[in-house]
Amino acid sequence: MSDQTTNSIAFVAEGTIPPSPPPANETGVVKWLRENLFSGVGNSILTIASVLLIYVVLKNTLPWIFNGVWNADSLSQCREILGGKTGACFAVLAERWNQLIYGFKYPVEAYWRPNLAFLLMLVAAAPVLFFDLPRKMLLFTAVYPFVAFWLIWGGTVLVPLVALFGCVAAAVVFQKYGKNSFAAGFFGGIVVALIVWKVGGALISESASENAWLTAVPSRDLGGFMLNLMLGVTCVSLSLPLGIALALGRQSDMPLIKWVCVIFIEFIRGVPLITLLFVASVMLAYFFPPDSTVDLFLRVVIMITMFSAAYIAEVIRGGLAALPRGQYEAADSLGLDYAQAMRLIILPQALKISIPGIVNVAVGLFKDTTLVSVISMFDLVGMIRGPILASTEWNGVYWELLGFAALLFFVVCYGISQYSQWLERRLATDHR
Amino acid sequence: MSELAIDREIDRSKMQVSDEVAIEITNMNKWYGSFHVLRDINLTVNQGERIVIAGPSGSGKSTLIRCINALEEHQAGKIVVDGIELTSDLKNIDRIRSEVGMVFQHFNLFPHLTVLENCTLAPIWVRKTPKKEAEERAMHFLEKVKIPEQADKYPGQLSGGQQQRVAIARSLCMMPRIMLFDEPTSALDPEMIKEVLDTMIELAEEGMTMICVTHEMGFARQVANRVIFMDAGQIVEQNEPEEFFNNPQSERTKLFLSQILGH
Repeated sequence: MSDQTTNSIAFVAEGTIPPSPPPANETGVVKWLRENLFSGVGNSILTIASVLLIYVVLKNTLPWIFNGVWNADSLSQCREILGGKTGACFAVLAERWNQLIYGFKYPVEAYWRPNLAFLLMLVAAAPVLFFDLPRKMLLFTAVYPFVAFWLIWGGTVLVPLVALFGCVAAAVVFQKYGKNSFAAGFFGGIVVALIVWKVGGALISESASENAWLTAVPSRDLGGFMLNLMLGVTCVSLSLPLGIALALGRQSDMPLIKWVCVIFIEFIRGVPLITLLFVASVMLAYFFPPDSTVDLFLRVVIMITMFSAAYIAEVIRGGLAALPRGQYEAADSLGLDYAQAMRLIILPQALKISIPGIVNVAVGLFKDTTLVSVISMFDLVGMIRGPILASTEWNGVYWELLGFAALLFFVVCYGISQYSQWLERRLATDHR
Repeated sequence: MSELAIDREIDRSKMQVSDEVAIEITNMNKWYGSFHVLRDINLTVNQGERIVIAGPSGSGKSTLIRCINALEEHQAGKIVVDGIELTSDLKNIDRIRSEVGMVFQHFNLFPHLTVLENCTLAPIWVRKTPKKEAEERAMHFLEKVKIPEQADKYPGQLSGGQQQRVAIARSLCMMPRIMLFDEPTSALDPEMIKEVLDTMIELAEEGMTMICVTHEMGFARQVANRVIFMDAGQIVEQNEPEEFFNNPQSERTKLFLSQILGH
């Protein structure tokens, strides 16, 4: 030690300095308070002002919530029970629960069907969302859309069976020929599926649905939060693959494919969703063969899917652009073909970068499903604004109903956001 | 430059150049837009040759070796690799690429895959090797580049030198007949250059056909059997290393050598 001061330049450490605990006033609650809440005059004022604000907000809302009336038949009865006190009228939620969740036309005795479909959806989504689960569960995920369709819409089981059979046939053809030539497998699969659907559709008689085990429910009878969930789940799961295809198409070397994708993306992004929904409800029929009656639900799904696919495509394009060119070159130099390079090297990385953006679009899309209320579909918001608020009993119950709608959407969207953060942490392998 | 990187005896017993032609380039030209990057390149590489390409930056040396596995397209002339002519036919390109290994300046490992997965990916998907066999082979090559213990780590957890050795192992797992090195040590710290050069020397000692773009003149002198000097997109001079370094013919070569060896 003394050498250090006397001798000017040369220095040799005499040993390793052992670690010691920090000084006492550097830990504990007091230190935390001082550093985070009262670190200066300005910050102390801000802290006190924030506490006051929180107090005022809670003072006014908490009595409203805790005085809430849960049992009443109408708003006037609510007011009687409250007798002039502040208080919410949550009775509307209890009394109209079924309408809020299922819409007002879905047959009551069939409520178990969407309930079961919802539970099965959780099972089907699990292996996709959490890839540590056994891969065999994906088989159920593949079958799920057909099961859910049958459960919710009911009718003859032949329709989903034919649809499933067409998809299986397409998958078999793709497996067989896709190995040699991707295009042959891809287009061969599509042709085979179309043939199966055409033949199968001709075999199912018109009256097949009349005495089916599950009574048929037409699309216009769907409603409530169920409709929002159905649209959200269907459109997100369809628009992700479509968005990937559009993003890759936009990067393509083939000018025709590239320009089709560019025009599609730019056009759809440049049009408000609500316009597209009006197109779906009124004009889309002109694009289909004259005698076909394409279901309203399907038309809305097509439009929302195209809309969000365009946005997802742009998000993924950003992810693709963020990858260094060396990744493409390394994949090429190892002899991987285009499909392999994309699937194994490029997309896993590009999608990982794009997760926050994709989640942004997914959350936005889920909330945008409430827009279908303007084309007279009775989703959650449509139910509230239409049948419930228009009824004589509940006319004027705005806060409780819309607050409930907000809560439902918040729970789902917050869940999506938390999942995406988990996913980002789980996929972090760069260790920078 | 770094003449000191190699400090061991090099075993030349297996470094045999055969008569079999590995790569044949005739009258090859390439343009970037209107800029003529490669001018009338003629080069024949026999099986077992170790060629070092040197030259100032921008002279087209990287572009030349990237043309050999079609990472860049040439616009005129002919490139034949292992008897297969490089045309725009994708089948031929993929066949050539699986015979030709490439090591990049910036490693270009796949950061989302472990070291082992980096090495087994192409054998499994391109060569259709069973997974177990591919893993055994990957471990064999990882041992050879002396990092088997890192097999389950991700590339981001390794040092630059280790990453470059993984990149070499990844190429070797495809059992290539030719290896291309594009400035493999240029992005490395001096202490890591040696470990990568040692790996490359071992490869040379086993008789691998190699084309290296590098500034490591020590490596060129001791391992290469031919040094090619490029400038402004053309091959200016080529010779055996002794002659090339001690008795350069062209003025351009003399100037280049004096600049990089002068101090």
